[in-house]
Amino acid sequence: MIALFRRGYGASPLHLVGCVAVLAVTALIVSWMADLRGATNALAWFLAAAVLHDLVFLPAYSLLDRIGRTVEGPAAGRARVPVVNHVRVPAVLCGLLFLVFFPLILGLQPSGYLGATGREPEGYLAAWVAISVGLLIASAALYALRALRARRRAGGEQLDDAGVAAGEREAPGG
Amino acid sequence: MRLFPADPPPGPARPGFWRSPLRGPWLTAVLGLGLLVLLALVTITGFLSHAAYQGALGHNAIVPFDRDLPLLRDLGWPTSPSWLYAATQGIHVTVGIVAVPLVLAKLWSVIPRLWSWPPLRDAAHLLERVTLLLLVGGILFQLATGIVNAQLYYPFKFNFVVAHYYGAWVFTAALVLHVAIKAGSIRRALRARGALGPVRDAVASRTPEPYEPDGLVAPTPAAVTISRRGVFGLLGGAMGALFVVQAGQAIGGPLRPLAVLATRGGSNFAGPQGFPVNHTAAAARITPQLVGPAWRLELVGARTVRLTRAELLAMEQHSEELPIACVEGWSALQTWTGVRLRDLAARCGAAGASEVMVESVQPAGVLRRASLDSGQIDDTRSLLALRVGGEDLAPDHGYPARVIVPALPGVHCTKWVGRMTFTGGGRA
Repeated sequence: MIALFRRGYGASPLHLVGCVAVLAVTALIVSWMADLRGATNALAWFLAAAVLHDLVFLPAYSLLDRIGRTVEGPAAGRARVPVVNHVRVPAVLCGLLFLVFFPLILGLQPSGYLGATGREPEGYLAAWVAISVGLLIASAALYALRALRARRRAGGEQLDDAGVAAGEREAPGG
Repeated sequence: MRLFPADPPPGPARPGFWRSPLRGPWLTAVLGLGLLVLLALVTITGFLSHAAYQGALGHNAIVPFDRDLPLLRDLGWPTSPSWLYAATQGIHVTVGIVAVPLVLAKLWSVIPRLWSWPPLRDAAHLLERVTLLLLVGGILFQLATGIVNAQLYYPFKFNFVVAHYYGAWVFTAALVLHVAIKAGSIRRALRARGALGPVRDAVASRTPEPYEPDGLVAPTPAAVTISRRGVFGLLGGAMGALFVVQAGQAIGGPLRPLAVLATRGGSNFAGPQGFPVNHTAAAARITPQLVGPAWRLELVGARTVRLTRAELLAMEQHSEELPIACVEGWSALQTWTGVRLRDLAARCGAAGASEVMVESVQPAGVLRRASLDSGQIDDTRSLLALRVGGEDLAPDHGYPARVIVPALPGVHCTKWVGRMTFTGGGRA
């Protein structure tokens, strides 16, 4: 009997019960919401959130990442320390801070902010820029340090096995 | 009968399209479990906030009274510990924001599933995909509306409180179903590779998870550019960064100046009465006439009493150290001085009242009035505060008088109080 159900439906009866329960909750909420202010706007936001994330936001940042890796591509073969994550990490961090705090950073609610807090929405853009610049500098400094150490190591290896390391050495003495 | 051709068209529906060497059932299971812990915290504290608004009392209900779950609406809300709402709402907003990177990572880890081929296998697959739309739309809707609301930005036409509450029901229902359906896959993935093994083992963590047809693992993975340990480090760093720039407005003290991107953080809120407010006197259209010498507090009980501020200051004064905690996730611990609510009830012959409706002189606004229950009236720490931090209340903090009740949401600690109407159980 259950096997027959599975063949027709594609999963266990419990799966059906669970799905129907979720749809019932949703139907109840939609009926409660339907004649309230901005109901269609709320529905649009709900659907747009999923669609924009899956079809715009995720492909966009994946593409950016791919472009970044392609740009690095040929250099990555030679350099001992890949650059990619020294760009990726600060980019992800300041991108996320912007994504979460853009209304304050861009000052999109000046009168609302003043009315609610008694202050001007000042300092958010400066704070975000300062954090972003700080992260980029820290990442670049870390990269320089790692590159230097890799070069030193390459220099050391050359003494042991000149044939392997010499071709990869970029500066003498390093 | 087949609805779709056996082979997917070129593009994301082809398994070879997805090439990250990181995706796999283990990664998704670990991200999902971490997210489940955070979202459970956010969801529970969110529903507690709804209970704290005590929609069953007076005109407190913002969500239509007859379109709410009576259980949550009528649950009631204690006055102890006094930091209860500061803690639950601080957790709700802070953890919600900190969860953003994990939500994005989790969605990234399963994106090939969106394009799985055939798009619909059977009725079960169709139903599950609809509930997944509710799950993904739900979490993104809740995060987007909650985050912009906490930043006082309203780019939408609906009432935030109502939509965020209703959205929570749809999301929670879809989440419970999702966890139930996926429990087996999570157990299998963790049993096969251990919860942290692939992260601990740096060498192994660079190799992709074992390939299975129709799974999440890429059949032709690209070269590794970041290790699994690196991914978790980046995630932790992103969550840590969001925590640092946000949490200080909820925790206060030396952390507040660090919260440079929080609405009520940074160094803007220093000074004796520099602690944040939810609404200024100007925004509430409080004029000097409304709160000047002509101001009276009207107490309505068995009899009606009208008191000047001097008469209130002549009553027995009490000081209490209590947090003012906002639904937007900030709080501040202050020493308030004023008259006990129970003394005010007695003054108008309403000792033992079961409810009081506190009204502001503020001319308009949903939150110009709030009702409290008997537990809140009777608590000896519940005050009609006249002073804070040893000074008369500043206009933005509710001069001439405001309510401060332990564990009560800030917006129910009515400012610029003009009338208190006690009902039920009064004895002269």
